[in-house]
Amino acid sequence: MAPAMESVVSIRGLNAWYGESHILHGVDLDVRKGEVVTLLGRNGAGRTTTLRAMMGLTGARTGSINVNGMETIQFAPHRVARLGIGYCPEERGIFASLTAEENLMLPPRLSSSVGGEPVQAMSVAEIYAMFPNLQERAHSPGTRLSGGEQQMLAVARILRTGARLLLLDEISEGLAPVIVQKLAEVILTLKRSGYTILLVEQNFRFAAPLADRFYVMEHGKVVLEFAQAQLPAHMNTLNELLGV
Amino acid sequence: MNPFDIPIQALLGQLLIGLVNGSFYAMLSLGLAVIFGLLGIVNFAHGALYMMGAFGAWILMDRFGLNYWYALLLVPLMIGALGVVIERIFLKRLYKLDPLYGLLLTFGLALIAEGIFRDQYGVSGQSYNVPDALQGATDLGFMVLPNYRAWVVLASLSTCLGTWFVIERTRLGATLRAATENPQMVQAFGINVPVMVMLTYGAGAALAALAGVLAAPVIQVTPLMGSNIIIVVFAVVVIGGMGSILGSVLTGLALGLIEGLTRVIYPEASNIVVFVIMAIVLVLRPAGLFGKEH
Repeated sequence: MAPAMESVVSIRGLNAWYGESHILHGVDLDVRKGEVVTLLGRNGAGRTTTLRAMMGLTGARTGSINVNGMETIQFAPHRVARLGIGYCPEERGIFASLTAEENLMLPPRLSSSVGGEPVQAMSVAEIYAMFPNLQERAHSPGTRLSGGEQQMLAVARILRTGARLLLLDEISEGLAPVIVQKLAEVILTLKRSGYTILLVEQNFRFAAPLADRFYVMEHGKVVLEFAQAQLPAHMNTLNELLGV
Repeated sequence: MNPFDIPIQALLGQLLIGLVNGSFYAMLSLGLAVIFGLLGIVNFAHGALYMMGAFGAWILMDRFGLNYWYALLLVPLMIGALGVVIERIFLKRLYKLDPLYGLLLTFGLALIAEGIFRDQYGVSGQSYNVPDALQGATDLGFMVLPNYRAWVVLASLSTCLGTWFVIERTRLGATLRAATENPQMVQAFGINVPVMVMLTYGAGAALAALAGVLAAPVIQVTPLMGSNIIIVVFAVVVIGGMGSILGSVLTGLALGLIEGLTRVIYPEASNIVVFVIMAIVLVLRPAGLFGKEH
């Protein structure tokens, strides 16, 4: 598929290292405005590293990462975030020395416009309406929350900033089915409100109904790309690639 | 000597001196704890920054005729700016290395600073007068309280309390705590962590300088005053445990008082009592009284 004009993220020939280890070997990837895109692949295929490289959290990087028409390969993490990217890491990144509410308030709101568009951030009231548990636990230390609550907090935290492009790494991992269901509803709600979302998922059943497009990674490269409609046709290849 | 024979005046007098020393310990160990938390650097230059704070006050008075109150404002700003420069030139290159390098580098910087001031002003010490407004003493009935000492205790306690409030109760403090835990994550939220780290070192340096200005009228301003106090302050930090703001303040005050008390009961031990306590604490609670085990 040719990259369309409205690509929010356009990655070309991305290589990334952790110290001496060469993890990404020329990743090409596009995310268009309002899309939910899922990165599939086995553990160690380079999906998490792709997100981290986008945020500038790996070691050396080469290639091109274009966000909203801006080349960010040289950007420090805080400058990438200020382009309107909300990053939710696999380990959730909830701070133990901060209360749940302090965790929620930690990321600064984006300045009034990003890429020429006014920022519409979710208010704290809207966030608490979406995740009522977080309000009840507002004054508990962040890491005293249950796994599910911590995951909701990690997602809620980046919604408050006004980021419209969300990078969500394994948000369904290790959670009870009822919470996974809740997170799926949240993703659909966000998609309807026009958020652009890049998911990294191990849980294929979780990701399959949510995503518009899929990328499959192996050995630090994208090996397969297809749209939601082509999913049934690719099930055999997927079984092979993912071992699902 | 029977402790019950000690005249109450002498006891209270020594306890007050202990409280004043404890205030300096508290302010210095507070800065050390904050710097160690965020930068992972054991700042051996802290004593030198304190010494330069006291000299700053003396130089402003001697050369420029600027009084104590100007010094209280200007010297922390100047030493804070010096801290920022030190961070930019030296410390920021060390964060990825073993903490030992930070310790050695700041120790070297302290020696250089001490050497320069020794060369310029000798070791005999300069005296700095108590500002007019705080001269004299107040008779409390049971003891005579020198006004300046009361001011030192009050000023340093409010500074410590203020610092505690900022770190534990404000958004800025929450960001600082988060960055102490996981700086990468905080930066990925759009916060310029390197600048925050730089300003934190500057603030720690300013705090040390403020303690130096407060100390100038009660001690001899000498190039060695930094290395004299820093060893005790490190013992305070070890006893209190790294990472707890309130812990380092309380430990500083308590140890000042214990030192004062020892000076009345058994003066020969007053210089080592802190280290004896340190040894005991290390045996019983290696992470310190308020520290968390890792």
